[in-house]
Amino acid sequence: MNNKRLFTGEARLSDLITAHPSLLSIITRLGVPLGFGDRSIADVCETSGVDTAFFLLICNVYTFTGYVPSTATILGTDMTGLVPYLERSHKYYAGKRLPHIECHLDAIAAKLGGRIGQVFISFFKEYKRDVEAHFLHEEKDVFPHIRMLMQGKIDTSYSIRDFLQNHSDIEGKLDDLLNIIFKYLPPQDDDDNVLDVVDDILRLSGDLKKHTLIEEKIMVPMVQHLENAILS
Amino acid sequence: MKQRLLIVEPSELIIEGLKSILEGQIRFKVLEPEMNPEHLEERILASRPDIVLINPTMITNPAKLRGDRPIALVALVYQYVERDVLKGYDSMVDIRDSRAVIIETLAQASPGETGQSVTNYELTNRETAVLIELAQGKTNKEIADALNVSIHTVISHRKNITHKTGIKSVAGLTVYAMLNNLIDESSLL
Repeated sequence: MNNKRLFTGEARLSDLITAHPSLLSIITRLGVPLGFGDRSIADVCETSGVDTAFFLLICNVYTFTGYVPSTATILGTDMTGLVPYLERSHKYYAGKRLPHIECHLDAIAAKLGGRIGQVFISFFKEYKRDVEAHFLHEEKDVFPHIRMLMQGKIDTSYSIRDFLQNHSDIEGKLDDLLNIIFKYLPPQDDDDNVLDVVDDILRLSGDLKKHTLIEEKIMVPMVQHLENAILS
Repeated sequence: MKQRLLIVEPSELIIEGLKSILEGQIRFKVLEPEMNPEHLEERILASRPDIVLINPTMITNPAKLRGDRPIALVALVYQYVERDVLKGYDSMVDIRDSRAVIIETLAQASPGETGQSVTNYELTNRETAVLIELAQGKTNKEIADALNVSIHTVISHRKNITHKTGIKSVAGLTVYAMLNNLIDESSLL
């Protein structure tokens, strides 16, 4: 990974988005609204109250395959925005993307009809419940733990090590769904719904993979450091 | 590819039972059963079965029936039969066998089951048998028992199934099995 290719604060935000349009939904979750004109990334971040280094860190993770910031970079960055970012992402996945995909799948299931349609849609509904439970656990147990640590307090009944041990894979079933949809569903008269939903699932699956990476490779080392710093 | 299966059996009761067991099995196409052994050779010539499931009491010379055709001959027995009688058959189905064992025995007997190439992404008959059990919510241990193989073998089949289909979760494989008519709703828990 050549670090020179990573984005810097001097670049225009619009250039970043033109080069990587998929970042648009990420930057709004980071707290940067649209309408940023031709201003630089650093400038826009400042007016939005978002730390530029943190903003770039997340954008770089999303854009460059295989890029994981070093522990030094993580510890040297203001991570106050991390938990709010993760929470907004959860809301975006559970409140917008999954219901949107569900709508498409409902239509496909209705066309399939009968028991196959039911089994097909209940596969997705079960997945959706898993994801919601996964998010809820993080919002109830993990994020409050981090918020406390950031205030210099610690509740020793929970440790981030528990998190890694129980952090289940939430993208795997989406890949299963993709395979089922484009390889094994009987062809339909109107495939538009199928094409749309494949697009949506691919995007969500890619997004979730980065989300997991941010939690496991950025959030966890950061929390471990905070825990150790307070306990020692 | 579906295996064309010809049942040769005098009892309508047994024929109907077999048909019901094999119904919905995408691997087999059950041909019109033959209850009369007299014109069996002509019947085989005309209907080109891959597998002939035959009651051995109906014919005396299975080798002659086969000729040089690539047919799997499976004996359908009601009770203990002399070993000599079973000579010339590729395998044997006992009517007291469970549904899973009957399906599996026929699948194993299918010609063309050997020499699968690595570029073939169709599930083998063995893998399909594991998939069917899996889709019904069975554990690796239960599948191993039902198919009479080791747990290790079941796990290896599961790896291949996932590699070929791209589907990892049991729930996803159940949907796959239904879409391919490998199971019907009555077999779901």
